[in-house]
Amino acid sequence: MEKITKEVYLKWYEDMLFWRKFEDKLAAVYIQQKVRGFLHLYNGQEAVLAGALHAMDLTKDRMITAYRNHVQPIGMGVDPKKVMAELYGKVTGTSQGMGGSMHIFSKEHRFYGGHGIVGGQIPLGAGLAFADKYFKRDAVTLCYMGDGAVRQGSLHESFNLAMLWQLPVVFVCENNGYAMGTSVARTSHSTEIWKLGLGYEMPCGPVDGMDPVTVAKEMSKAIERARSGGGPTFLEMKTYRYRGHSMSDAQHYRTKAEVEEYKKIDPISQVLTVIKDNKYASDAQIKEIDARVKKMVIECEKFADESDYPPVNQLYDMVYDQKDYPFVQHKI
Amino acid sequence: MKTIQFREAIQEAMSEEMRKDDTIYLMGEEVAEYNGAYKASKGMLDEFGPERIIDTPISELGFSGIGVGSAMIGNRPIIEFMTFNFALVGIDQIINNAAKIRQMSGGQFNCPIVFRGPTGSAGQLGATHSQAFENWFANCPGLKVVIPSNPKDAKGLLKSAIRDNDPVIFMESEQMYGDKGEVPEGEYSIPLGVADIRREGTDVTIVSFGKIIKEADKAAEELAKENISVEIIDLRTVKPLDYEAVLKSVKKTNRLVILEEAWPFGNVATEITYHVQSNAFDYLDAPIVKINTADTPAPYSPVLLAEWLPNHQDVVKAVKKVLYKL
Repeated sequence: MEKITKEVYLKWYEDMLFWRKFEDKLAAVYIQQKVRGFLHLYNGQEAVLAGALHAMDLTKDRMITAYRNHVQPIGMGVDPKKVMAELYGKVTGTSQGMGGSMHIFSKEHRFYGGHGIVGGQIPLGAGLAFADKYFKRDAVTLCYMGDGAVRQGSLHESFNLAMLWQLPVVFVCENNGYAMGTSVARTSHSTEIWKLGLGYEMPCGPVDGMDPVTVAKEMSKAIERARSGGGPTFLEMKTYRYRGHSMSDAQHYRTKAEVEEYKKIDPISQVLTVIKDNKYASDAQIKEIDARVKKMVIECEKFADESDYPPVNQLYDMVYDQKDYPFVQHKI
Repeated sequence: MKTIQFREAIQEAMSEEMRKDDTIYLMGEEVAEYNGAYKASKGMLDEFGPERIIDTPISELGFSGIGVGSAMIGNRPIIEFMTFNFALVGIDQIINNAAKIRQMSGGQFNCPIVFRGPTGSAGQLGATHSQAFENWFANCPGLKVVIPSNPKDAKGLLKSAIRDNDPVIFMESEQMYGDKGEVPEGEYSIPLGVADIRREGTDVTIVSFGKIIKEADKAAEELAKENISVEIIDLRTVKPLDYEAVLKSVKKTNRLVILEEAWPFGNVATEITYHVQSNAFDYLDAPIVKINTADTPAPYSPVLLAEWLPNHQDVVKAVKKVLYKL
């Protein structure tokens, strides 16, 4: 893993702040009904992404996750304006408006979704790793899931197959405490999710998911293991989301005090503290970053606002690769 | 021409394509060391090795998803289900991922994958092993559904399915694997979405597909003795469906019977019925009759199963009904 330098901290601060503000903007425009459907925001969990990106080789490694998926592709290199436009349903979006909030993809930046069915992406992540092993490529797949997804059978089938075939994949559970409105304790006999790896003799362990340094270190070991032929790893990132499961969540299942408690170990604040304590940046420089982030978010909103909706005939353009596929008529 | 079994046609199609394209692999339960539960992959492990002919644990959800994931970045997997009854525990990967990835990603990812295995009833196997899901899969945009009825079509269609850049559900039958038939010696393929006129006739059109079409053959022979000329259309692909071939035949015979091994509610036969009444209403000299399996789970007892499953006598009766000869 590359050293965590001053530059890394500054990048982390700017990236994580941008992701947070990007999501905040989405919440705001959702209320204005510019973005519709379900909206699941990443606020609070940023360290899990920042640390992972530091450990990855962004020229070859892959990422796949569930439906809390707006900022990961941005981290992988996708233009945030296109992500915002996708949420607006605009033709300039990452999927030209065909996917929406839960289905962001980027072939160019090796981000494989964006999946709306809980746990459905886990075998796909193993499949990406399978292909890399099949073609003797050097890539590693990071396959993310939430704490709810680990109770799906797809996890267990994928764990067994990934260990059996020693696939180059890192399975990452982002345990933010709640599967929608139901706590881990209310759905699980054992609340130590990382222990699910033990039954498959998969290297596994818990990680402080609020600290990007810890995330980067643990993720780096897991990626290195996968890249060198050592097979999969399962990491449980203990993290927290500040916002509801989606925008319609009244959050009766937890107290405000609990949320405030986690904000004390907020990943952005932690990184900012390191920056300030070590004088990696002056207050003026930090303000510059903050201003840059604010400007970028406004640019995203402007781009999405000003973009066009897709033409209606696009409906039939992307279902099949076959160009002359004879669709069944649905109305006169 | 040479005469081979249906199972050999499947094996030849896969092997010939795998020789030409090393991105193809075959994965499923018992496909490698056991040579396939129905010997449809006989000898393939020896030829292609364990990297490409891959035995799995009994994890249809897991290996279906691995197939789809690998198809996103360069593989062209053939995923075998021992039967499509078992595909139900992996159907999430077929419906929510294989069929959707292309559209959801704005066309960034193709999903060139074949899910294949036997469908329908195969004797007294009871309720969970006697189901036909062609219409379920055909209902889902993003998929193509192919169901051949003889070795020649099986080989030619499977080759096209493997080469297709879209996900294809390829349905066989335990009761067809031993069927023998002539296939061309050399390279050939049959395009998806094109029906075949299996038997030419003038009085009544029977549309069918898969192994149950053999009951239409028997009925046609019997009816010929009564000077009733039956035309049999083998759909071969149910999605996309060759509506034109059906319409053309109906416009000639003016009478239509549809024989489909599937539960009677909302199936391929009802779709064809709707389409024909919409587009050839004035050509019809009698209401369309469809023949399906009973609206119950498949029973075990031979007496009940015989009642449940369509047979050639049911077809004869239906043909006579549309001819007002009942």
